[in-house]
Amino acid sequence: MLLIPCPYCGERPEIEFTHGGEAHLVRPAPPAAVDEQTWTQFLYMRSNKKGPYAERWRHARGCGRFFNAVRDTTTDHFIAVYKSGEPQPVAPVKSSP
Amino acid sequence: MKFRTPSGGRIDRRQPISFSFDGKAYQGYPGDTLASALLANGVHLVGRSFKYHRPRGIFSAGADEPNALVTVSRDGARSTPNLRATQVELYRNLTAISQNRWPSLEFDVGRINDSLSRFLPAGFYYKTFMWPRGAWKSLYEPAIRRAAGLGRAPTLPDPDRYAQRYAHCELLVIGAGPAGIAAALTAADSGARIILCDEQAELGGSLLSDPVPSIDGKNSSAWLEASLAKLGANPRVTLLPRTTAFGYFPHNFVGLSQRLTDHLDSPPPGLARERLWQVRARNVVIAAGAAERPLIFPGNDLPGIMLAGAAHTYLHRYGVRVGSKAVILTCNDDAYQTALDLQAAGTQVGAIADIRPAGGGPLTAAARSAGINIIYNATVQGTRGDQRITGVTLANTDLDCDVLLMSGGYTPSVHLFSQSRGKLEWSDALKAFVPSVSAEAERSAGACRGIYGLEEVLADGANAAAHALQLNRAPPVFEIDSPERRRDSFLGALPGAGTSGSKSFVDWQHDVTTRDLALATREGFHSIEHVKRYTTTGMATDQGKGSNLNAMSIVAQQLGRPIPQVGLTTFRMPYTPVTFGSFAGISRRDLFDPVRTTPTHAWAETQGAVFENVGLWKRAHYFPRPGESMHATVARECRAVRDGVGIFDASTLGKIEVVGPDAAEFMNRLYVNNWNTLKPGRTRYGILLREDGFVYDDGVVARLAEDRFHVTTTTGGAPRVLAMMEDYRQTEWPQLKVWLTSTTEQWAVIAVQGPHARKVLEPLVTDLDIGAAAFPHMSVARGKICGLPMMLFRVSFTGELGYEINVPADFGRRVWEAVYAAGADFGITAYGTEAMHVLRAEKGYIIVGQETDGTATPDDAGLSWAVAKSKTDFVGLRSLQRPAMQSANRKQLVGLKAKDGRTVLEEGAQVAERPAQRPPMQLIGHVTSSYGETTVGYPIALGMVAGGRARMGQTLYVPMPGRDIEVEVTSPVFYDPQGVRINA
Repeated sequence: MLLIPCPYCGERPEIEFTHGGEAHLVRPAPPAAVDEQTWTQFLYMRSNKKGPYAERWRHARGCGRFFNAVRDTTTDHFIAVYKSGEPQPVAPVKSSP
Repeated sequence: MKFRTPSGGRIDRRQPISFSFDGKAYQGYPGDTLASALLANGVHLVGRSFKYHRPRGIFSAGADEPNALVTVSRDGARSTPNLRATQVELYRNLTAISQNRWPSLEFDVGRINDSLSRFLPAGFYYKTFMWPRGAWKSLYEPAIRRAAGLGRAPTLPDPDRYAQRYAHCELLVIGAGPAGIAAALTAADSGARIILCDEQAELGGSLLSDPVPSIDGKNSSAWLEASLAKLGANPRVTLLPRTTAFGYFPHNFVGLSQRLTDHLDSPPPGLARERLWQVRARNVVIAAGAAERPLIFPGNDLPGIMLAGAAHTYLHRYGVRVGSKAVILTCNDDAYQTALDLQAAGTQVGAIADIRPAGGGPLTAAARSAGINIIYNATVQGTRGDQRITGVTLANTDLDCDVLLMSGGYTPSVHLFSQSRGKLEWSDALKAFVPSVSAEAERSAGACRGIYGLEEVLADGANAAAHALQLNRAPPVFEIDSPERRRDSFLGALPGAGTSGSKSFVDWQHDVTTRDLALATREGFHSIEHVKRYTTTGMATDQGKGSNLNAMSIVAQQLGRPIPQVGLTTFRMPYTPVTFGSFAGISRRDLFDPVRTTPTHAWAETQGAVFENVGLWKRAHYFPRPGESMHATVARECRAVRDGVGIFDASTLGKIEVVGPDAAEFMNRLYVNNWNTLKPGRTRYGILLREDGFVYDDGVVARLAEDRFHVTTTTGGAPRVLAMMEDYRQTEWPQLKVWLTSTTEQWAVIAVQGPHARKVLEPLVTDLDIGAAAFPHMSVARGKICGLPMMLFRVSFTGELGYEINVPADFGRRVWEAVYAAGADFGITAYGTEAMHVLRAEKGYIIVGQETDGTATPDDAGLSWAVAKSKTDFVGLRSLQRPAMQSANRKQLVGLKAKDGRTVLEEGAQVAERPAQRPPMQLIGHVTSSYGETTVGYPIALGMVAGGRARMGQTLYVPMPGRDIEVEVTSPVFYDPQGVRINA
């Protein structure tokens, strides 16, 4: 059970959240303009990082908000959390433990 | 109790207690384990091995026990198999039996496997039992299944109660041996909340079986007592004996299994049997100790062959001599102390066979003075005996004995550290893996990181706690007086193992020998993970506690690779087996899942409704009259709706309010429809796709105002549609001014459907004109019914004139009963979900998740009319443009009618173009919905068939076991295709 630092509510147990997949996916705008490869990339291709990985979480059973997080997939440590729409931090904002 | 010492040990000698093993009565003492009590009675043979059914005896004194697996039962339902006798606390009238033997432990027919062992090496089942082909299913598999396994599972439900608890603390100390107690004492005055847990009934760990002369001037017993008293008196300290830390999860979340009643003579009814602790600790100190390593030599599995440290524990902690004539086989000094102590207690010590080339130190001198023969460079060629060892053959000597005590050194217990994803490093000096870099706020202390001398162990525990809590003052120092000794370790097989005819066991519980490991590497398995799975070494219930390191070392040697390169397999929880009950807690039977009921549930019960589960909801399936079959009921309900009027509870439908200045824009971007053309007061059938273009959900959407939409979803779909909406609202279009509210449970929805529906409602709805002209099909309006606020929809899922009355849920039953009463003159009939399905299927209306399965586009489902042609973007549009999504041969919604006019197709049945095919068949679609009782006079079905719309009138085939059913492809609309009745 991860302890997830929601930027709005603080540390809450994993059971209150739903995972939102990879972060910073850009929906082509307008989609009609892009070719098959680009659309396929957006629909199906995801990076599968070993190490720091930018992903989304939603505090579904809390504040209900989406936010972004950088989590190390080998240790499950949360390196950073930041609000939806913000860019991925370059340097670690929050280290744990 | 022939082998009980006259005094000593930590057992309570005042009152012996009776117990039984394999039906035979014995006596023991409170404080005994089942193993110590059996040994006190001279019983070593306790089981038969997994594959070869070889006689096996008690091997250890703890969790690492591979052989002594027993089933303990209190009654028919309270029966637990595969318990380690070394960890079963003895209680009055305990009843235990051995496992994996028939007809008896002494005479086991399965022993024949041992003679057939050439045909049963590692992985034999990949190479044998292949012929004849049919025999696998009918003969081999059932026989192997019957023979496999160790204990038998109970067949009655578990009647015990299991509790669960969450706890937070600043320091969790796992293991209450000297390192753990030192850590807890150091932290005790800091104000931190401390939890100290230990799997054993008594706290103290190695101190319980190693009476060290003095710690801080007290003997170890007295020091232990004083320390525990101090900790017990501290309100910030929680002491948890009988509590195993079984799993280490991310972010310092540790699972503890606390046993509350298994040791009691008669557990008080109502007391939970176990308690699961889920602990979030700011810091963890792992003080899990080290386990003694066995030695590998030919014939190393006879009863009476056990770990030297275990014999030491049985003597000092339980007052039991494990035998009359002992030979000690060792590579370190600790076993010398065991030899001396056993001799002092009356056991003859035939020899100390030391694997090392030479000895020295005070213990060697003491052994010589005691007249014990010491043999150096010892190696074992074999053992004698059948159900008990009678002798051992060393290189030059043959010795009689009834116990052979072996010590291969120590293996630090790094299980929990590894579960926490810490990095291990190899120590050549210790010949073991030790914790290196922690991944969590955790430290290992004492023997579990390779520190064995008591003085250093105590200091290590103290330092670990001091560093974890960042205490300013110096940690306490403990004064020890204890003899110096060399603790060497050995790794791998002794020379001679695998060469003679006798088997040299590496993993006792899974009967894995050195030859099996050699076979695996010879056959090309070079990764330790592959060797483990191919040979099953380390995969038994002891999870390789005593075998993993030796196995790895043997494999490394066979592959010619250094040990750190070969590595260890992944450590997984639980450390020792945990009951299902403690994970289930109270989530059983009625409390397993919440039950959701609708506002009319109780009314439906009074009417004798039969309910069905739709997700967590209970929905009335049909309302049978006394004596009516389901078929007759459903036929009657459908007829009533088509000819008269029916009433149906549709409250479970999902409802979402989409509100704001940009509500229409938001809906346009999300759903396939053009919402700009939907005026307030009107409704429209909406379809929601995923970005990949496939139908995700559907439902009638009402525009209540310019800025307010009432979106309905399928019953199960509301949460996921709302989640998808929130995703786009928050992260894709955050600049849109729109807000979302789930109102599924706020509105009761009463569907009134049938040609008389208007006549039933008109008297009840006094402030709205619901005449045909004023309130056409697909209208919505607010008003009042029975004086209560209402949203009235004119919508129909049945194809008849129909309405859905939305009232606040608390008033649902009241309004339902008012409508029901008002409909009496028209023969109003309550109908359930079965009739609802039939009626909609007759009209060709799809159900998302039934006709669609996540791979259907709107066009596939015959719904391209709903897709706005003018929009440049909505979720899924881009994917609909892909060539593959426009192929004419895609599976399309059709109707299917059995040509004989009577056969009811099975939902899920496949559809083929040609009859009488043999597997693999060419299939072109499947049946999605099928109903026998219809109002059109014949069974109908809907299906998704490749190029379905071009096949109208074609004959296709539904292959079933034994025959093909001929079907005709029809329009999916079987009833009133012009829509005359719905527009009445």
